[in-house]
Amino acid sequence: MRFVRILLTAAALITSSSLFAQHEEAPLNPAAPSEHQEEKKLDVAGEIFAHVGDSHEWHLFGIGGHPVAVPLPVIAYSPTKGLSVFSSSNFDYHDMEHHVAPDGKTHISNSYNGYHLERNIKEKLIADDGSKVYDFSLTKNIVCMLLSVALLLWIMISVGKKYGREGSGKAPSGFQNALEPVIMFMRDEVAKPNLGYQYMRFMPLILTVFFFIWINSLLGLLPFGFNFTGNIAVTLCLSVVSFVVMVAKGNKHFWTHLFNPPGVPLGIKFILVPIEIISLFVKPVALTIRLFANTLAGHIVILSFIFMIFIFGAISKVVGVVFIPLSVFFSIFMFFLELLVAAIQAFIFANLTAVFIGQSIEEDHHGSDDGHEHAHAVANEATGQDFHISPQELVA
Amino acid sequence: MDLLSPELGLFVWTLLAFLIVLFILKKFAWKPILNTLGERERGIADSIAAADRVKKEMAQMQNENEKLMVQAREERTQMLREAKQMSEQIIAKAKEDTRAITDKMITDAQQQITQQKMAALTDVKNQIGALAIEVAEKVIRQKLSSEDAQNAYNSLLSQEVTLN
Repeated sequence: MRFVRILLTAAALITSSSLFAQHEEAPLNPAAPSEHQEEKKLDVAGEIFAHVGDSHEWHLFGIGGHPVAVPLPVIAYSPTKGLSVFSSSNFDYHDMEHHVAPDGKTHISNSYNGYHLERNIKEKLIADDGSKVYDFSLTKNIVCMLLSVALLLWIMISVGKKYGREGSGKAPSGFQNALEPVIMFMRDEVAKPNLGYQYMRFMPLILTVFFFIWINSLLGLLPFGFNFTGNIAVTLCLSVVSFVVMVAKGNKHFWTHLFNPPGVPLGIKFILVPIEIISLFVKPVALTIRLFANTLAGHIVILSFIFMIFIFGAISKVVGVVFIPLSVFFSIFMFFLELLVAAIQAFIFANLTAVFIGQSIEEDHHGSDDGHEHAHAVANEATGQDFHISPQELVA
Repeated sequence: MDLLSPELGLFVWTLLAFLIVLFILKKFAWKPILNTLGERERGIADSIAAADRVKKEMAQMQNENEKLMVQAREERTQMLREAKQMSEQIIAKAKEDTRAITDKMITDAQQQITQQKMAALTDVKNQIGALAIEVAEKVIRQKLSSEDAQNAYNSLLSQEVTLN
């Protein structure tokens, strides 16, 4: 209980400080000089996408129009230039704000080492000569993810050591009390019902997926923060992991039902098998989109409420000032909601991973009664979908 | 659509980080935590089972004790009853025996008394007879020293001895 209270307090503090961070960027608003005003006439969408997107530098805040940012290493490989490693400070982000491509939306940075950055919705590293670039830069998302992973490892290993040291004879204390119910919940409500007696084999995967997503979503809510679990590359990566496990552990029963469902007439098989194959690949896609969309939507909504101050401020300063409390209230409300969504989405991802693996390791225990099983699988899919809709609707 | 196209770098780094985290946590966190939780649960289940077993054993022992008590009580009553019976029997038998002995003794004594009485009487009779004969002899010897006296006496005797 105390852990939750600390989290909520922290969340409240974070919300207020993130608002201050937003106020720091006041030069973007109509109070700025008129030529600036002309140039970036409240590009709200652009600003929001810049905040939720990835970046090659870690922008913290701006003071008097000058950004304060942590430069990050750019690691790129291109067939023409080979491997190049340099600092992102070689790109002038501040200058990039003013260089807009003829389409009026894409911002282009200076060129360095044969590369330049382009930002429309996402920021991309482009080779000047137009050749293909494999960008392995330690971007903001990656660096933040590594930091939160370090935190996760520190917490879990210290707790794990405590368990190893004290054994089962001692009552849990400290952080053990916070983690134990979560781990027990994942074991008893997620792993056991879906995976049956083999649940212990998949517990490490399910727990890691859950805590990895949860801690990254939570820390993503910090100011100067990142939008890691709201990035499709990340959610795709995680669902690829669970898809690989699911396919690799699939037993004979699973593959038979997929390619040659027993007790089904031949004509129906021609329809059923493609549907089954599609449903196999829909599973990881559903996982990918669900987490990505939920987290991204949450971030966008919070930012939108904050940008409302500037939108109304653009109409009239008075309206903008009047709108501040309302906007702050909505942002705080959304923030609490996002704390909830972070946990719910992490749980859903871990739960559906368990469900999908459970389907692929399910053993043939009822002979000819396969129609029932298909219905069961569909029902599982449907409940997962239902569960996913509710928070998303809330966010929307 | 730009938003939906995954970046290669982020994908690769995430995969790498996730797999390393999975491996490290599996070894250093999940294994000790899950093992300990399992152990603790088994321990609790065992303790509850043991407590139940002890409780049952206690109840059984109590039952047995009660049964033993009842049995002991019954045995005691029976023993008492038996002892009483036996003592009564002994007393009765002793009384009977005594009576038999005394009866016999009394009969014997009576017989002896009668015998001795008879013997004494016979003896007395004999002595009296002898004495009488002796007296008679002395008297006769003195009286019948003369002829007259003898005749007189004869006549007297014949007068006296009438056949009645």
